[in-house]
Amino acid sequence: MFWNALTLQLGYNATLVTIGATLLGIAAGVTGTFLYLRKRALVSDAISHATLPGVGIAFMLMVLLGGDGRALPGLLLGAAVSSWVGLLCVSWLTQRTRLSEDAAIGAVLSVFFGFGIVLLTVIQTMGAGRAAGLESFLLGATAGMLFNDALVIAGGGALTLVAVLILRRPMTLLAFDPEYAAARGINVGRMDLAIMALALAVTVIGLKIVGLILIVAMLIIPPVTARFWTERTDHMVMITGLCGGLAAWIGAGLSAVAPAMPTGPIIVLVSFGLFVASLLLAPNRGVLAVYLRHVRFQRRVHLRQGLLALAQGQPIYEAYTVRLLKQAGLAHADGVPTEAGRARAAKALRDEKRWELVRADQAFESAAALYDGLRDIETVLTGDQISEIDQRIGGPQGVAS
Amino acid sequence: MSLEVAANMGATPKAEIPADSPMVIRGMTVSYGQKPVVFSVDMTVAEGSMTAIIGPNGAGKSTLLKAALGIVQPLAGQALVFGKPLQSARHRIAYVPQRASVDWDFPTRVIDVVLMGLYRELGLLRRIRPHHIEKARACLERVGMTDFADRQIGQLSGGQQQRVFLARALAQEADLYLLDEPFAGVDAATEKAIIDVLKSLRSEGKTVVAVHHDLTTVRSYFDRVFLINTRKMAEGTVDDAFTSENLNQTYGGRLATGQIDQLELAAG
Repeated sequence: MFWNALTLQLGYNATLVTIGATLLGIAAGVTGTFLYLRKRALVSDAISHATLPGVGIAFMLMVLLGGDGRALPGLLLGAAVSSWVGLLCVSWLTQRTRLSEDAAIGAVLSVFFGFGIVLLTVIQTMGAGRAAGLESFLLGATAGMLFNDALVIAGGGALTLVAVLILRRPMTLLAFDPEYAAARGINVGRMDLAIMALALAVTVIGLKIVGLILIVAMLIIPPVTARFWTERTDHMVMITGLCGGLAAWIGAGLSAVAPAMPTGPIIVLVSFGLFVASLLLAPNRGVLAVYLRHVRFQRRVHLRQGLLALAQGQPIYEAYTVRLLKQAGLAHADGVPTEAGRARAAKALRDEKRWELVRADQAFESAAALYDGLRDIETVLTGDQISEIDQRIGGPQGVAS
Repeated sequence: MSLEVAANMGATPKAEIPADSPMVIRGMTVSYGQKPVVFSVDMTVAEGSMTAIIGPNGAGKSTLLKAALGIVQPLAGQALVFGKPLQSARHRIAYVPQRASVDWDFPTRVIDVVLMGLYRELGLLRRIRPHHIEKARACLERVGMTDFADRQIGQLSGGQQQRVFLARALAQEADLYLLDEPFAGVDAATEKAIIDVLKSLRSEGKTVVAVHHDLTTVRSYFDRVFLINTRKMAEGTVDDAFTSENLNQTYGGRLATGQIDQLELAAG
């Protein structure tokens, strides 16, 4: 059943929703990458909430003009206009007053949203033009999606993707280093507005499927998920598109199988699942990887300290160190070194003396920079260099590995 | 003095402007709020020179550079680049910002940062080809950072980050290099690497202007100085302008006599 949904074999409406949602997920993720990198994620929250009055006003206008108040293109146009006004309010407040951006976002978001709710209430009491259904823009509703609606979403998503492709370099430059970007002739204010306009486009076309409250999640969760997997902006854009698209595809499929389930919230939950998996399992930045790296590092430190203590005949106080030495076959349980342990300890002490010389000598500057108390000196210096140092140390030769 | 007067003071006749100078600044005034940080400053950068912009903290050194580049909006004044308005000659300038202006946890590698210097060449859509990467690597080579090409930039030390910024500027193949405190908080090896690159740029006939804070190295690194404390205090060759009298005027009482004595100043 679920497989049928994923492979688009579950009826007309489910197919439309799945395709539309997947495209939206890709577009939202890719656009959201630049919002996230520019650290403007919260602005998208203001943008989305500011769509509501526009929906209401567009509905009223269309009814007044004698048309169908629920025509999707008209409603989306209204949403775009009012959220553009909201966006300009946020940037005007931040630039022209001493209000910080978070305060401006809070003010604009709540005022526009409140106004929108008032308008929806007024429309309901008007009772004209089959008003029921406008509130579906809050959380999205896919049940009655039409082919034309899907077309609007698909077309808008594709256009947004093309725009991101064209602007990716200036947007990356701006997000990484705004002063350098300005010095290269990028109009910082206008480029910021362009990033916001793309987010706005995604928000507006996503209203039908996920609604204005949850669209923020589709813009932000995929980028933070992708950030765990890569250190490159271009790769991050691709991974974000993948995460966003995958979450929407699976989410739409799940909600098609259980028709009572709302599509938007399910998509957000799937997206969150991908995020949690990445947070835990990503190879370099994931929580598990960071923890394992720490444990491994700690082991090396303890082993090294233990060997140096053995070499100098000092007692080892830490039980963990003794246990590690014993596991490695370097010492007995009472802390007395084995034959192998004695050899390794002597080598460790010798290396320590070699490092001392390397770090004191200007000629070895680049090698000395790699000193961390753990690294084998053979990985840094050539055999010739080591024997040169050994000659300077004097004493018995040939202790090397 | 009202700001209009300040604007008028900057309106020097055009005839004075040497057309071949890499950068001419006229009547530049920048203010944050009601307090001018840079006030009606004129500056003429000599071609093929290395100029240090020096002055006390908060004297408007960095702001002057940023205003000349259009990064901050000046209240009055203009900058001409090789005799042309900024917009049409911008590609001949490479700017190295202060390290603090950047998000170091950004998902980008050292080589990607240097490739940003090629964005003009790449345009909006052209793909990055092997010869672009070769070029970026050659720039990293000049600052001794080839081994770090694939590291995420946050993993570098402060001095290494500064060298990567310089490599990005080199990739632009500009004629005028503007650097904002390139030696601030860097290690000795980096300082040497940077000054070597800057001197080799000068020997190629390029022009270098750097905001500089270490008075003890002015004489060995630079051939011209520009002293500023909100207003221009002095401008000229190190021998003519880097005098104890000018320094006293620029820094007020902030430099101890002993400090000035150590600078081997020209008899001023």
